[in-house]
Amino acid sequence: MPAIHLKNVSFGYERQQALLEVPELLIEEGERVFLYGPSGSGKTTLLGLIAGILTAKTGEVEVLGKDLTHLSLSMRDRHRGSEMGYIFQSFNLIPYLSVRQNIGLPCELHAKRRKRITASSIDEEISRIASRLDIGEFLDRPVTRLSTGQQQRVAIARAVIGAPRLVIADEPTSSLDRNRQENFLRLLIELCDETRATLLFVSHDDSLMSRFDRQISVTEINTVVPC
Amino acid sequence: MLVLLRLAFSSLRSRAVTTSLTVFSIALSVLLLIGVDRIRQGVQEGFAGTLSQTDLVVGARGGSLPLLLYSVFHIGTASNEISYSSYEHFRDHPAVLWTIPFSMGDSFHGYRVVATDDNFYEHYRFRRDHSVEFAEGGRAEGIFDAVLGSEVAKQFGYHTGAKLVLSHGLEQVSLFKHADKPFTVVGVLKQTATPVDRTIYITLYGEEAMHVGWEGGTPPALGEAPPTTQIRKEDLHIDTISSFLVRTRSRITTLLLQREINTYKGEPLTAIIPAYTLEDLWNMLGYVDVALSLVSSAVLVVGLVAMLISLYTALNERKREIAILRAVGLHARQIFALFVLESVLITTIGAVVGLVAAYGLLWAFHGPAESHFGIPIAMVGLSTRVMIYLGLVVAGGTLMGCVPAIRSYRIALIEGLNAF
Repeated sequence: MPAIHLKNVSFGYERQQALLEVPELLIEEGERVFLYGPSGSGKTTLLGLIAGILTAKTGEVEVLGKDLTHLSLSMRDRHRGSEMGYIFQSFNLIPYLSVRQNIGLPCELHAKRRKRITASSIDEEISRIASRLDIGEFLDRPVTRLSTGQQQRVAIARAVIGAPRLVIADEPTSSLDRNRQENFLRLLIELCDETRATLLFVSHDDSLMSRFDRQISVTEINTVVPC
Repeated sequence: MLVLLRLAFSSLRSRAVTTSLTVFSIALSVLLLIGVDRIRQGVQEGFAGTLSQTDLVVGARGGSLPLLLYSVFHIGTASNEISYSSYEHFRDHPAVLWTIPFSMGDSFHGYRVVATDDNFYEHYRFRRDHSVEFAEGGRAEGIFDAVLGSEVAKQFGYHTGAKLVLSHGLEQVSLFKHADKPFTVVGVLKQTATPVDRTIYITLYGEEAMHVGWEGGTPPALGEAPPTTQIRKEDLHIDTISSFLVRTRSRITTLLLQREINTYKGEPLTAIIPAYTLEDLWNMLGYVDVALSLVSSAVLVVGLVAMLISLYTALNERKREIAILRAVGLHARQIFALFVLESVLITTIGAVVGLVAAYGLLWAFHGPAESHFGIPIAMVGLSTRVMIYLGLVVAGGTLMGCVPAIRSYRIALIEGLNAF
């Protein structure tokens, strides 16, 4: 069963020229995919379509068994919240919540994420994941007191808690130094393996490419030629 | 929804300084708005509660408001006396159930001395059906007997048996003292929370006796004053009083009697119905009330705009937060709700703080207002007007909150996960 299946998808704002046209993109469930391309190649737009933030003009966007083009905005939001974990490049955390509250947020918001927890309580699950990521001692600190590396690991915890079936990471390592990148990537892949989540990793840094099952260049799948 | 509420609460708490300043400004305007209204109603009820079961107040010809103010609230002075014979005429009138005569003009350290008779203890009523009661002692019956209001007794620490030297006139520091004729405290009244508490009651005979030898308006020369022991009730003749209260046998006769008094041939008199005169007073002060309410509403608008500004300017820093919330599955509508909720929380907390502060201040100051300015303020509960005010404040806050919320909604929809 495909995790992501895009068919004849095109996207553009209003009457402007299309920014993205993808004849076909198929990612199987459980795959570790490395998506790369220069800036302006349409990476962000592609992620927006898969996450259900943007609506395709034409074509089919099937994610985890649901055709997003036929879902309402709020149904897509719920789909994203309960089936996907999302990691940003930086500033992943809500500044006024503690580390623990940040990690637990998807479970607070979505019953599906809550139900998939194997530990006896959300708190216990947070502690378990946090100790896996070596951030257990920071749980009750305000997020502003954490280093960038620690913040990114908290972001992993929030993305994988409640076992979402798809984890999207948008340039999550670009704010980290070389050593931390390695460590971050190792932990991310390990945790996705544990929950058998599909991992869509976006980066312009080719050096990380070899750690993935499959590498997709956005410039190759996007038929729109950037002007 | 509960999660949103918790998020809104945490978000506000993280900006504690701005939040508390905004809450403060809204609380202040609510305090003003409600304070003005509560004082208005409190004063009205306080005044209305001071005198009950009295149908007419009668005094020398003059304005009805001054008559009511000096004879019941002890504010201002009587313009003229009325003769005791006129009083007797109406006291014995068939339509009259009872009367209470008042004679004023002397004081004790700023507290009024009111000469009256037994009818006062018998018939005077306040707050519907409360009558004056004694904390100790009993009624003033002898010529040099005095009964103290609770506040006077407390102020000077007087109990029955204490001696008082009353002053001529109403000045706090009086030039002329009735030092030759001291009074003895025979009773102390229980607290009434009306002007009665700040009054010294003596008998009409006492008032006359005090002024024996004062016919020229100044104290008698040394050696000329008759010794107090020689003054007897039988020798005293009551000539004038200041005013009197009337209870008629039936409501119907009140108006007839009022007309009869107002057209009394023997002497120019004025009879007023206290409730109507108070109503006139409130109508007169209505403009002040409206003006104060307008000012407080303006302060409220300023408070709400201050909140709007603080939430709106914070939006740019919160674009990241919006993107994160979108990523964890919040709909743009929920982000709108989150921002509105913050305004609702701020205004609700502000309104509650303002309400509590208004009642706190009212409670703290109703005593001093009464003793220093003679304005009785009753502690009044919530009224529909207050509830409407509070509702308007929260509604106004919600409406104001929609402005940043609409912008956050647009950021959430348009910028999606890319809002930096």
